[in-house]
Amino acid sequence: MCAQPMNDLLNTCDVETIRNDFSILKQENDLPLIYLDSAATSQTPDCVIEAMEAYYRTYNSNIHRGIYRISEEATAKYEEARQRIGRFINARRSSQIIFTRNTTESINLVAYSWGSENLREGDEILVTVMEHHSNLLPWQLLSQRTGAKLRFIEITDEGVLQLDNLEELLTERTKIVAMTHVSNVLGTINPIQELTAAAHAVGAKVLIDGAQSVPHFDVDVQELDCDFLAFSGHKMCGPTGIGVLYGKSDLLEEMSPFLGGGSMIRAVQRESSTYADVPAKFEAGTPAIAEAIGLAAAVDYLDRVGLEAIFVHEQELLEYAHQKLVEIEGITIYGPKPRQKTGAITFNLEGIHPHDLAGVLDTVGVAVRAGHHCAQPLMQKFGIIATVRASFYLYNKLEEIDTLHEGLLKAQRMLTRRRR
Amino acid sequence: MNIYEEDILDHYENPSNYGTLECPDISYEEDNPLCGDQIRMDLKVEDGIITDLRFSGHGCTISQAAASMLTEEIKGRRLDDVKKLSKDDILEMLGIPLGPVRLKCGLLALKVLKAGAYGLKGWPGDDDEETE
Repeated sequence: MCAQPMNDLLNTCDVETIRNDFSILKQENDLPLIYLDSAATSQTPDCVIEAMEAYYRTYNSNIHRGIYRISEEATAKYEEARQRIGRFINARRSSQIIFTRNTTESINLVAYSWGSENLREGDEILVTVMEHHSNLLPWQLLSQRTGAKLRFIEITDEGVLQLDNLEELLTERTKIVAMTHVSNVLGTINPIQELTAAAHAVGAKVLIDGAQSVPHFDVDVQELDCDFLAFSGHKMCGPTGIGVLYGKSDLLEEMSPFLGGGSMIRAVQRESSTYADVPAKFEAGTPAIAEAIGLAAAVDYLDRVGLEAIFVHEQELLEYAHQKLVEIEGITIYGPKPRQKTGAITFNLEGIHPHDLAGVLDTVGVAVRAGHHCAQPLMQKFGIIATVRASFYLYNKLEEIDTLHEGLLKAQRMLTRRRR
Repeated sequence: MNIYEEDILDHYENPSNYGTLECPDISYEEDNPLCGDQIRMDLKVEDGIITDLRFSGHGCTISQAAASMLTEEIKGRRLDDVKKLSKDDILEMLGIPLGPVRLKCGLLALKVLKAGAYGLKGWPGDDDEETE
């Protein structure tokens, strides 16, 4: 079981108690696992694994169908998960929480269901250069289907949104603004609330990619006033295969279904059908039941630790990482300084390919991501092909950054000798 | 086993057959979109024999070392032999096991060579595997 009363645990820097909740961090191979890739996927605390195990061991059954005890229990747990996750982001109603596979599917759902019906030639879709491909490709496809034009908010050399020409970009032609809350590469926290208000002022809808924000700090959909919010379970201590789309009720109600199949219908005739109410309308087929229950357990866990404490802890890690890494000769750190960002530090070492850096770091037990991070337009903006990204979460320790630092020096010793 | 064996680092630092040819019979270039590694292969072929070749490009140690080793291996051999080279041959040259991501780095040079010589576009060893 996870440690019970954990409020403000991280404020007292008791990372060891938290680490104790993650079996994976206790495994003994040659080297301890130093996991600095939580922006790709976070580790899963034992209480989440146990919640899913309990489903499979004691009440595994399909939901919304069976007239028997365990099916009723599964249905209740699945719907409780919806309510729990709704509370986590302060949604007014649990019906505003649609379970999907992940952020990508959530965004595609909006681009197909809302986008296909509401966009036409002459309209514009506004995104930013720092989007993950999951918040770019669905809009590119929508643009190709409808003839709507895709426009971009650029970023500065410091890796923050360039908003001085916003009035030119955001006009009555703009039908939707789709932007990330936090950059998955740079960690930049975007001024979402202001941008949402500006978008609404010209009548545009707003979709927020919350994949990198919801796990790390308090995201309140009523305060942000966004029309849609998408996020993934596996980046917030939950399992893979479960994601969330939050939407404003009036929009969700007028949207057509995304996928057709079981569960999303009211009545089916040979040629046509009527659809179930929201959220069932958007959940065709048997959903990821265990994973929804697991995600609710993850949200419970994050609340017990406290999102505020997690944010403060990550800031400490980021400050320390910047301080240590900036000393290294030939390093380029991309993006803003700590306090303007969260979760990640992205960099390159002169003359060393990011894959090699990650490869050498692996030899000292440090897991980082190297590559384009599914954000090629952002890479192009910086004139690079790839970077190394170290990303942090509640279970990381300052000492792990020391090992990262040592690993980078080792890579430098090994790989910048006499290269042609 | 460490993927940063001395042998690989030597090939990375002092690659064999690095550069370009003036009038190559075959010249082909490709990159790995996943990591941006890029390799160009220039070949001189006389009577079906690879008489000279050079590679150029940039990338990680594995992609560059594999290219260097491959050029050593095939210089003076029949062009037809290139067609028979497989993923396992490259792994044998490198002498280390590679995970799925780094495998692509290791195979880029052979991919470029096969595409240039025979128009074979896929990744070596990337055929759909039979499930039975």
